[in-house]
Amino acid sequence: MRRIPIRKVDIAADATFTLEAYADTIVPGEKRWPGDRAIAGVSTGGGAVSCGALDLLRWDATGIHDGLEDLASQVNEHARAFAEKAGLTLDETVPPFVSLDYDDRVRLIEELTTPGHPEKDFWVLLSLFCNMAYDSAAHLHTDEALEEGHAGLTAMGITAPDADGLWRFQDFGYGRQLADLHPDTTPSGSPA
Amino acid sequence: MSDTIERTDVLVIGSGFGGAIAAYHLAAGGAKVTVLERGPWLKNDEFEHDYQLGSSYTRIFDFVVGDGMSVLGGNCVGGGSVVYFAAMPRAPKFVFDRHGSIGRRMWPKSVSRETLDPWYDRIEESLSVSKQEWNDASYAGGLWGAACDHAGRTANPLAAAIDNSKCVNCNFMMAGCRFEAKQSLTVNYLPGALAHGAEIRPLHEVQYLERTPEGDYRVHYNIVDDEDYRLQSGSGVIEAKIVVMAAGAAATPVILQRSEAHLGTMPHAVGRYFSGNGERLNTAILNEDKVAEILGLSRGDGQLPYGANAIGKGPTVASWDKLDGSLPEYSRYSLEQLYFPPGLGTILAQAPDASGPTWFGKEKKEILKNWKSWLTIFCMTEDDNEGVFGPPPATGNAHRISQQLLGRGNLSYKPTDNTWHGWNQADADVKEILEKDGLAKVMPWTNDLVGAYTVHPLASCRMGDDPNTSALDDTNELRGHSGIFVTDGSAVPGALTVNPAMTIAALAERAVPHIVAAAQAKGIAVTYGAPAPTGYKSGRNAVLPLLRKKQLADA
Ligand SMILES: Cc1cc2nc3c(=O)[nH]c(=O)nc-3n(C[C@H](O)[C@H](O)[C@H](O)COP(=O)(O)OP(=O)(O)OC[C@H]3O[C@@H](n4cnc5c(N)ncnc54)[C@H](O)[C@@H]3O)c2cc1C
Repeated sequence: MRRIPIRKVDIAADATFTLEAYADTIVPGEKRWPGDRAIAGVSTGGGAVSCGALDLLRWDATGIHDGLEDLASQVNEHARAFAEKAGLTLDETVPPFVSLDYDDRVRLIEELTTPGHPEKDFWVLLSLFCNMAYDSAAHLHTDEALEEGHAGLTAMGITAPDADGLWRFQDFGYGRQLADLHPDTTPSGSPA
Repeated sequence: MSDTIERTDVLVIGSGFGGAIAAYHLAAGGAKVTVLERGPWLKNDEFEHDYQLGSSYTRIFDFVVGDGMSVLGGNCVGGGSVVYFAAMPRAPKFVFDRHGSIGRRMWPKSVSRETLDPWYDRIEESLSVSKQEWNDASYAGGLWGAACDHAGRTANPLAAAIDNSKCVNCNFMMAGCRFEAKQSLTVNYLPGALAHGAEIRPLHEVQYLERTPEGDYRVHYNIVDDEDYRLQSGSGVIEAKIVVMAAGAAATPVILQRSEAHLGTMPHAVGRYFSGNGERLNTAILNEDKVAEILGLSRGDGQLPYGANAIGKGPTVASWDKLDGSLPEYSRYSLEQLYFPPGLGTILAQAPDASGPTWFGKEKKEILKNWKSWLTIFCMTEDDNEGVFGPPPATGNAHRISQQLLGRGNLSYKPTDNTWHGWNQADADVKEILEKDGLAKVMPWTNDLVGAYTVHPLASCRMGDDPNTSALDDTNELRGHSGIFVTDGSAVPGALTVNPAMTIAALAERAVPHIVAAAQAKGIAVTYGAPAPTGYKSGRNAVLPLLRKKQLADA
């Protein structure tokens, strides 16, 4: 049905690595392989990254696709400043944000998204899309994502649709009165 | 002037409640009506059950992040009625006597619950609004009712514009209802308007208005791409004798602000006094065992007693115990069970008792695993009309970021102590009800990310008797600009403590005879008196004598 083909921007490895670390701080997951540095590994099961955060971010539908490399280098700048202030030594073999441990990544993102921070809008937007990769798989058709075992939708208990891809629930409520009506209710069901 | 310029009698901007209702009546009365709507026009089978960007779920929405307030609204033919949950209560009596931030009655003297009731009746007839029964309540609504009862409160199934015989309880109603169970305007007023010759043009975004030498209005629009709304291809103008503005409370004042350079000074209240309907959301994470043990609820079949967030409709049950007119202003509110799908709302929910951050991180992820057992409670309180629009963006009402859905706007909202008073009371009440005996853990949504959040924008161009604090007179005409009427949520003077569509719609119905009178005065051959778009006539029969009494034709 789509007229405009899906376009995904390519970004450099370091930027990918950095944004994976960012996404993993928003919705943490488990390491993809031993020694995986982007993923902090503070949670079990899939997190934003394994749910496809980078695929979603790189899609031009989001509107942040063209700014990803800038965001990555900016968060690395902030990480460098953060480390300096905290007296931390960064591991030069990975981007600065990746070098931070989970708790420091959290502290930095909290700072960047605090009301009043001049760049808050950007970091909130980035966080929003990282979260969406996990909680709604916004880069995938929902029924297909479920079929492929998308970790976020599955963890949240979203059920499979009917064969035609639509959800229906015949059994939807308790079917009985559970409280007294407010005494000032009109016959058509409004407040008097 | 060149004869090639297109002309219509009545130009309607926006096709939500305000626009569709005016378009129907004016077309039925014989006027040539053209509706410009910036969003796409989706057919039934295009309403998808899909969270992917680009599906109907994002095509028909507009989410504008402001400074301290974000607004979610409809963006399609049918406007908010296509995405809404169809809860249609009337506003309680005391609302019309509110003073708000101006220290005296903010509604026009001529509008009260009593005088609005005949217009509410018309809407109930046109949209088949009916009283819902407990049988119609979803698991989430039932649970809220039972929790209220356990706390010694009352609870009501909500009046709704839903045909339950067609509803499959899919809970995708925000993506548009493909079963025609939801009585969106696309199944009543808009087909009615079309049948009477109105023309509806989707993907036409109005930018500004100017006056013609003859004293009519020239309306400038851009054409928007049907898939990537960041792209605009061309522009045009259309002239009209009467303009009905109904672009919604987040867009109408912006169009007027942009028009000021051409039309002359706007009333002070244009783009001021914005209200988010005092909205506030709380997420409760339920303790399944307690729900079973204390509330005695069961879903049968070995299922968890609740664990059903994705099953149902939107809000089905509300508590009205604090809709008590004898309480002081800013402490009256309703508490309504709400469904919010993932993606938009989930990120704003906070993890209770978190030792780290509350809206992201490992503890937030843990609560997402219990998503089926979340209960969202929507508080509609009395805010202080403290929203103000800054200078208008280049086009539309926001700088668009994403292909669809997301934009950055110039609305600024700094909640006052009064507003916080209402929010805090409502939050505390939700907590008291749902944390009783350990039923749940409750936290409000964070305001830190996108500010407060509303799906019920109101009052940014409000009606009233005082020219200093209202943009419209009590006939919905823009002060100082005869022939421009505003009939959407921006005309509603302030927060309503309940869902607003019913009141927006009733006020639009009420405005129509005045618009007809103004059109007649400008030489348009149009009459007032169409039945409901469904063909029913009792609502009309009830309001016609009122009009004769007031001799509206002379207005
Ligand atoms: C998710 C959700 C659920 C809701 N549930 C309920 C509910 O259960 N009960 C209830 O009472 N209310 C509900 N609402 C609120 C309700 O939808 C709105 O209050 C109502 O639609 C407002 O009507 P309106 O006429 O002011 O504007 P809208 O219905 O928003 O219509 C405005 C129209 O104008 C168009 N437009 C904007 N700018 C331009 C432009 N420049 N040119 C041309 N067209 C333009 C928009 O695309 C839109 O279609 C809900 C809202 C949302 C978002």
